[in-house]
This record gives sequence, C-alpha cells and structure tokens, in this order.
Amino acid sequence: MAKNKDSISYIFTVAFAVCLVCAIIVSTAAVVLRPIQVKNKEQDFKRNILAAAGLMEEGKTVEELFEQVETRLINIETGEFSDEYDVESFDPVKAASDPTITQTLGTSDDIASIKRRETYTEVYLVRGGEGDLQTLILPIRGYGLWSTLWGFIALEEDLNTVVGLGFYSHAETPGLGGEVDNPKWKSQWPGKKVYDESGDVEITVTKGGQADPQDPYEIDGLSGATLTTNGVDNLVKFWMGDMGFRPFIQNLKAGDA
Amino acid sequence: MSETRKVLLNPIFKNNPIALQILGICSALAVTTSMNVTLVMCIALTSVTAFSNLFISMIRNYIPGNIRIIVQMTIIASLVIVVDQILKAYAFDISKQLSVFVGLIITNCIVMGRAEAYAMSNPPIPSFMDGVGNGLGYSVVLLFVAVIRELLGAGKLFGIEILPLVNDGGWYIPNGLLLLPPSAFFIIAGFIWLLRTFQKEQVEEPEYKIAKNINKEAM
Repeated sequence: MAKNKDSISYIFTVAFAVCLVCAIIVSTAAVVLRPIQVKNKEQDFKRNILAAAGLMEEGKTVEELFEQVETRLINIETGEFSDEYDVESFDPVKAASDPTITQTLGTSDDIASIKRRETYTEVYLVRGGEGDLQTLILPIRGYGLWSTLWGFIALEEDLNTVVGLGFYSHAETPGLGGEVDNPKWKSQWPGKKVYDESGDVEITVTKGGQADPQDPYEIDGLSGATLTTNGVDNLVKFWMGDMGFRPFIQNLKAGDA
Repeated sequence: MSETRKVLLNPIFKNNPIALQILGICSALAVTTSMNVTLVMCIALTSVTAFSNLFISMIRNYIPGNIRIIVQMTIIASLVIVVDQILKAYAFDISKQLSVFVGLIITNCIVMGRAEAYAMSNPPIPSFMDGVGNGLGYSVVLLFVAVIRELLGAGKLFGIEILPLVNDGGWYIPNGLLLLPPSAFFIIAGFIWLLRTFQKEQVEEPEYKIAKNINKEAM
C-alpha cells in the first residue's frame, strides 16, 4: 500500500467503497426477498381471519381455505358496504392510521383507547351453500396493558352469537396477559351472545374467576391480567357498539347493508 | 490442540463471551422465553459474528485506523439487515416474535468485540472460526437459559408440552417469573457459578478484602 492510510482522501475512498458495497448487498437482499415477505404477511393475516372463524383445517393451505371467504369494504360510519376503494389493494391496517380517512374519537367514546377510528375497513363474509351468510368476521383492536391488541371476532348468521375471537398482534406480558392467545381461554367465546333482547351490547369480560359459565353474556377474564382483561372487554364493547360495527350489523340484519 | 480448534472451541466454555466476558447479556434476557425463538436467534447471531469477522478481516489492511469502528459497524449492520430480511421471508412467525431483537444484533457487544479484538489483526479463516466459536459460546448459554425458562415457565420445550399446565387441565403450575426478563439474570448467574466451580481459573481476584475486625476497647 503506497498510499498514506490516514490521508483524508484515502479515508473518504474507503468509506465510500464500503458503503457502496454494503448498500448493494442490502438492497439486493431486500428486493429479492420482498415478494416472499409480502406473501408471508398476507398469509398470516388470512390465517388469523380463518382461525377466528374456526375455519382452519389440517392439510389445506391458507389460500385454499380462504377461497370461501368473501372480502368486502364497508363504511363504518353509515354501516353500509362501500366501493370507495378496491378491496384487493386496500390495506385495513394502514387505513386505521391514515388521518384523511379516520376520525378522532372523543374521550367518552374512545373506550378502547385507540384515539382514531377509520371510516372504511374490510369485513369478511363466509357464505353457506345457498349463498346466505354463515359467518361474519370483523376486525377489532384496542389497548390492553402494554400494547394495542389487533384481532378478529367472528359472528354466526344471527349476527349475535360469537363463533370465535383471536388476536394476531399484541405485546402483553407472556404468561399473564399473553394468555389471550391461550386456546383454552379463547374456547369460552364460542356460543356467547353479544346483544341482549333490546339490542344493547351486553357481552362482558369479567374479572378472572367471576364469570358464570351459564350466563350467555359473560366471559371469564384472565386472572393476574386485570388490565389486559379490561382492555379486551373495552375493545369488544367498542367495536360491537354504535361507534363500531353496530350500524353495519343492524343494516345487515334488516337486509339493506 | 490445533490453532483452529482452539479458536473455535475455546469460547464455548473456557472463554465464554457471556459467562466470562459478560457481553451480550441484553438479548440473552429478551429472547430466551422459548426454544424455537432462541435457536433462531443463536443461528442469526452466530452467522453475523462469523461473517462480519470474515469480511472485516478480509479488508483489515485497508481500513484506516480513524474510521475502523464505523467501517465495522457498517459491515455488521448490513449483515444484520440481510439476516432480518431472510428471516422475514423464510421464518416469518419466529421473526415476528424476535421483532426488534434481530435488529439489535447490531448493538450486541459480542459481534463488535470480536471484530475489534480478533478480526482486525488476524487472517480471514481463523477470524471466521473465531466468530463461529463465539457465536456457539453465546448459543450454549442462551439455550441453557431457554431450556430452563420454557420448561419451568411454560411447561414446554420447542412448543411441545412436557409438563401439562393447570390451565390446560394438567398438574403443573408454571412459574410466571421465568417468563419475565429478570429471571434470565438468575439463570445466567447460576450458569456462571456452575462454570466457575469446574473452571477455577475463571474465578476473579476479589477487588477488595474485608478488613479484620480489631477490638480497640482496651486502648
């Protein structure tokens, strides 16, 4: 090496060369792997929708199973189906934080602590043999103890009985609040009713160990995870309520969504 | 023992980066709650350490002393991003659980420690071996911690139920503390104690001695 290793021009040359080579490697990796990553993400999302509706089957791919699911865009505000955006390219998670199509919630409305609620979102419908609605899957989210819990709730054709509930993203304490993922806890949900006779949201997640299993509206909370339990209670109440999917569910019941 | 074997095997017990040098503790606390995640983390860290050592050693004679740390960081960071991208593509579920900790390999003291201490002054092949060895040393400790944490904290190993939990109708009441980060401190400390019981030369000289209690009453 004839050059002086401490000269400024040499330092710049080396720094530039290292950066260039590293940048090429990193961007190549990112570009080459991107399609697989996008597919993974989509599959993960679909798997969670299917899991909430209890449609997961061994030996079938997510794609095959998802064929029976119809994705529709709705306007939460009016509770009607909408064609404002193309469902193929619509990203409900992105839409939830886009200020142009979300509305800020007042403190009294914002029981799920999500601050803004999107106007448009995707819902998922599973139709039976004769084309009538069998299962409705709705996206829900809300704040627990540490994190926003993102998930789905699935309702039967009466739009009142729960088929299942599941969260696909959260960061609650493992072993305590993290037990929202426990299949045994989730198994309490199927068969519970959301609305009472007069149409009010009646479903409640109680404190751990206090729910009456016979009560169609009560779900036992997680013991040792009161704040996560409260969070789940709040978010279910919010999304099933007037600010959430109630207008849509009522329209759907009346047959004119 | 040949030089290569020494470089490869010494870091596992004799000169373990976590147990003796107390480096890289942060990720040892965070990613050891389940074996699957830990194993992937170990593989990721071992490959980053090995390849960063290899590349840094290859260009060691061209790196100007003034910016050597920056050059090392650039190489390490690039490798970490590549590893992160690969995980997202081929091990999506685990990469979701590892979340930020893959990115934090960049700040793992072992990687940079080895680059600075070994790769800067040794040829590429031994440097690569040194990286693998230190990665394995890290892995041994992490897997040890993870076995204890997952087995006693969640009753499982690799996600397969070993001890049936009370919650699922079994008999084992899991120890919730083991799923929280502080428990890893106790387990790592236990590991260090165990190691130093058998490898006496690792025991450090006490930094101070307790003075004798002199009874001055008679004066």
